[in-house]
Amino acid sequence: MITVVDYYVVASILFAIGALGFLLRKNVLVMFMSVELMLNSANLVLVASAKSFDLARGSAFALVSVAVAAAEVGVGLAIIIALFRLKATVDAEEITNLRG
Amino acid sequence: MNSFGILSLITFLPLLGALVVAFLPRENPKVLRAAALLFGLANLGLSLLIVNAAGTMVFVERLHWIPAFGVCYGMAVDGISMPLVILSCLVVPIIIATTFHVGRGLKEYLVLLLIMETGMVGVFCATDIILFYVFFELTLVPLYFLIGMFGGVNRIYAAFKFFLFTAFGSLPMLVAILFLLYQHHQATGVWSASIEDLRALRLDAATQNWVFAGFALAFAIKVPLWPLHTWLPDAHVQAPTGGSIVLAAIMLKLGTYGFLRIAMPLAPQAAHSFATPVLVLAVISVIYGAYLAWAQDDLKKLVACSSVSHMGFVMLGLFALEPLAARGAMLQMLNHGVSTGALFLLVGCVYERRHKRGLDDFGGLVKVSPALGIALVITSLSSIGLPGLNGFVGELFILLGAFKTQPVFAILCASGVLLGAIYMLQMVRRVCYGTPNCEEAAHLSDMSVAEKFAFAPLVILMFWIGLAPGFLLERIGPAVDSILAALGNT
Amino acid sequence: MEENLLELIILIPFASVVVQYFLHRVLPARLAGLIACGAVLVPFLLTVVVGRGIGAAAPQVPAVTATIASWLTGGGLEVAFGLRLDPLSCAWTLVVTGIGFLIHVYSLGYMHHDPGFKRFFIYMNLFIGSMLALVLGDSLPLLFLGWEGVGLCSYLLIGFWFEDMNNARAGQKAFVVNRIGDLGFLLAMLMIFQTFGTLDIAAVTNGLSAGHAQGTFALGDARITLIALLLFVGACGKSAQLPLFVWLPDAMAGPTPVSALIHAATMVTAGIYMVARFSVFFALAPVASAVVAIVGALTAFVSATIALRQRDIKKVLAYSTCSQLGYMFLGLGVGAYGAAVFHVVTHAFFKALLFLGAGSVIHALSHEQNAMKMGGLKPHLPRTHWTFFVGCFALAGIFPFAGFFSKDKILGEALLGHGWLFPLVGVLGLITALMTAFYTFRLYRLVFTGPERLDAHAKKHLHESPATMTVPLVILALLSIGGGALSLPAFAHFDILGDYLRPIFAPALAVAGEAAHHAVNVEVALMLVSLAVVIGGAWWAWNRFARGPGDQLPLPQGGLPFLLENKWFVDEIYAIFVVGPMRGTALLAGFFDRYVIDGIVNGLARLCDLCGAVVRLLQNGAVHTYALLFIAGAVYLVCSLL
Repeated sequence: MITVVDYYVVASILFAIGALGFLLRKNVLVMFMSVELMLNSANLVLVASAKSFDLARGSAFALVSVAVAAAEVGVGLAIIIALFRLKATVDAEEITNLRG
Repeated sequence: MNSFGILSLITFLPLLGALVVAFLPRENPKVLRAAALLFGLANLGLSLLIVNAAGTMVFVERLHWIPAFGVCYGMAVDGISMPLVILSCLVVPIIIATTFHVGRGLKEYLVLLLIMETGMVGVFCATDIILFYVFFELTLVPLYFLIGMFGGVNRIYAAFKFFLFTAFGSLPMLVAILFLLYQHHQATGVWSASIEDLRALRLDAATQNWVFAGFALAFAIKVPLWPLHTWLPDAHVQAPTGGSIVLAAIMLKLGTYGFLRIAMPLAPQAAHSFATPVLVLAVISVIYGAYLAWAQDDLKKLVACSSVSHMGFVMLGLFALEPLAARGAMLQMLNHGVSTGALFLLVGCVYERRHKRGLDDFGGLVKVSPALGIALVITSLSSIGLPGLNGFVGELFILLGAFKTQPVFAILCASGVLLGAIYMLQMVRRVCYGTPNCEEAAHLSDMSVAEKFAFAPLVILMFWIGLAPGFLLERIGPAVDSILAALGNT
Repeated sequence: MEENLLELIILIPFASVVVQYFLHRVLPARLAGLIACGAVLVPFLLTVVVGRGIGAAAPQVPAVTATIASWLTGGGLEVAFGLRLDPLSCAWTLVVTGIGFLIHVYSLGYMHHDPGFKRFFIYMNLFIGSMLALVLGDSLPLLFLGWEGVGLCSYLLIGFWFEDMNNARAGQKAFVVNRIGDLGFLLAMLMIFQTFGTLDIAAVTNGLSAGHAQGTFALGDARITLIALLLFVGACGKSAQLPLFVWLPDAMAGPTPVSALIHAATMVTAGIYMVARFSVFFALAPVASAVVAIVGALTAFVSATIALRQRDIKKVLAYSTCSQLGYMFLGLGVGAYGAAVFHVVTHAFFKALLFLGAGSVIHALSHEQNAMKMGGLKPHLPRTHWTFFVGCFALAGIFPFAGFFSKDKILGEALLGHGWLFPLVGVLGLITALMTAFYTFRLYRLVFTGPERLDAHAKKHLHESPATMTVPLVILALLSIGGGALSLPAFAHFDILGDYLRPIFAPALAVAGEAAHHAVNVEVALMLVSLAVVIGGAWWAWNRFARGPGDQLPLPQGGLPFLLENKWFVDEIYAIFVVGPMRGTALLAGFFDRYVIDGIVNGLARLCDLCGAVVRLLQNGAVHTYALLFIAGAVYLVCSLL
């Protein structure tokens, strides 16, 4: 029987993959995908909890979060494309324009 | 006495003007200038309606603004604010009429200037301390941009310095204001930000000292008192002509006006106990500023340093805490606005023709362009307090009054009169007399019609205040007397 | 009626200034000049009319007063543009407008070719107006207005030919040195206001007399002494007394009619006017009076020594003016107020005459001023010559010319005065009289007799001046001859001026005690002594310089002549001990401002900058660093919460 804890475990693993991916990978696109992964792990926790506590509010949160994520992806990808056009690279270590 | 909102009209008409100018096409400078001038002159006309304000606050307006903290939109004028409001309204059209040297960015220049007017008039009309603070800070922004966008080579440094200095003073003032509001609530259980209500507070001496110190820092920087004055020469030198005029004629008065309207009445005991240290700084300002002016080779810097000296005189008048001296201080605020404003106007005219400002870049100006030279001579004489012109009346009142209560400081400041003659006359000699120092200096055009029209009201004021100051004194007198009465001096 | 006429006296010159200034484009030069002359003549005639109704002529009317408009009011101060014509101001007004008119007429000729003709007459009228405000003003601020106004006109007229920077510099020097004196005057005004609570001159002097009568102010009261001394500082500046006399010789840079009007006949006597006006203060302050007498005597002496060796015709007269003003102060200091005023009047006659004569010479010689390059002008300039000759007699003080009577009155009161001080300054005055006669006739000999030493340029237009210039000379010469009749020695019992002025000085003399009347034979003996001294000096110079400059002065070469030649190095002393340190202070202030105060300001800014530089190391732009820090922070938070 799959309990809510299992969902939490999966979500944690997803989050860890996302976090490590973000920290270790240099490709901006991959890093971006890692961010999405972390976001979705959180969504998973929300939905699972909503189910287990029988609260619709949690699902609603998740829906909002998905919508925001969709918007964010749009903006994020646009920024990445613009960056690529500008610097002809997607290596995060070479993109340090905002250095102080 | 309630009114139909004339003060709000005078305050916000320029803002409307700024909006209108902002939407006009920038391709046509004539239309831009005409529109701005129209608003400026209309406002000047309106401001003359308040000319009879004297001992009490009139044209009162009061609207709730932030009721939770008792903050109101309160406007009114008395004999202290009235001349300053009119002077502000006079200075702006004068500047607009002489903006022919501004090429690109004329639109922004005019918009900033009109916003500036709103801020200046608002400060002098506000009867609510939060509103005062808002206008006080509002004046800062347009001037920052005027210097930063239209200034000389070092404009960024100067604008930054100006902004930082002033902001540095404003924050303690804000703290003092909030503290006063809180104290009023503690004492009466009612929130109020009206200056009138706050004056009724009876704070103990130590608290008053802190409140006074908070205000004094902000105002002393604006005046400016030695040693907080170094932003002024830089700002003046870098600012465009219009910026310099506004700065000298009005902005510095925010400091002395603030002392008279806010700091001294709100902390009356502290005004007494702080009198000696403030007067020491004032005397240093007078003498040091004069020596500093003597050391300058740059026309604008010389005038800027002379401002430090003259404003020190005003501070002497205020902190002598004596009716004659206070009248003199008020007159001297106006005189300095008129004379130094005129000096900057003329220096601007000279600079436009030659693109140099050194004292030794000219020579024989009286011969080369007589009207300009004569104007410079008359204005310099007014600035050094020649009897018959405006400067003398203010100085005499200040000295007569201050000699009664603070004889030592009065004597020291009187010696500033002597130094003033030295640096001004050597400036006049080097610029106006002799023969032109180079080919370009020998062929400067004389004042244009627009420049003459812009200068005329100032020179009329010099003679008018010098020969018939009664009109102003009748209005200023009761107002300063009531403030002094509240300070325990009659 | 009198009030309105009195107002007109002062308003006409000012109105004329306004008219000339605003119409200077349309007015023909000739007309402008005539307007200017008229604007001085009419006030003169009006003064005669109004002045007849006061003083000795009508003892019941001490003064005519009028108020034009209110001026400074409020806070316990009440000062109007009020005029007061009493005998003292009447005397001055007559001199100012009378001599002023003659000099205006003279200027019509003298300035004829000058491109600044119209400007000149605007300044001259402005001067007359200011001078009238000075003598007619009934309050200290109005007196001060005139005081500074004449200073301004002097400044503008000295620098009239401002293309030459030296002229502009001389004007500036005059203004600044005068301002030092004005500072003293201003402080005196402050003290008077504090002591008497009013600035009305009559109220102040009456208040002091009354206060003395009631015992409030004793003889020698410290406060009154201080006020008197401060007033005298002001007088020293305006009337070119030691140590503030340095501006007057430089002031000769202006056109010669200016030197005659402002720097000889009228403005420089403003200091005498002020001391005479406030004579009660000086009478109550013996210390201040002694200072006045000593300063006057020393100035008379020192300036006369400098005049002995001057080469410039105007400079000789300028130092002579300082010296004669010293006489007047000497007179005031020993309490001979009436005699001092008398000397002001006669001096105005003969010194204006001499300056205008010198101007006529300079005009004829195309602006040559060096007396060493003149000589033998007698046949070329007949009228100028004989009028100048008369002026020399008057200046030297030879009987029966005007200068003899006035100078002798002062010397008599000094020499016969009590104590040791008065005779001492009297002797100094007597020595000065000797030198005066000497340099006067030296100048005459150098200019008008002996061989011609003109250079070609000067010779080119050698001509006698036009009638506009010579007629005023003749009138002034007549006044210099007969002016002494205004106030004959006491034993003659004929003293128009003295009687007229008596009510003015009565309070002061009541305090100080009327001067003792001396026996006739003592006075006559004194006159003979001084006459002998003067004639001796004149005779000496007359022979010495019969054939041109020759060997200059009959003094041994060495220290003293060197000192005189260089005017006692007063200018140099000022440059080193006053101007230098002040200028140094200014430069120091500039340095201090730039490097110390602004150094601190910029240092603070740099400190903030430095802090920023440290913190900015963290923001390296690499997303990974931020993420790592963020996660580390998150882990820390979570751990600490658990």
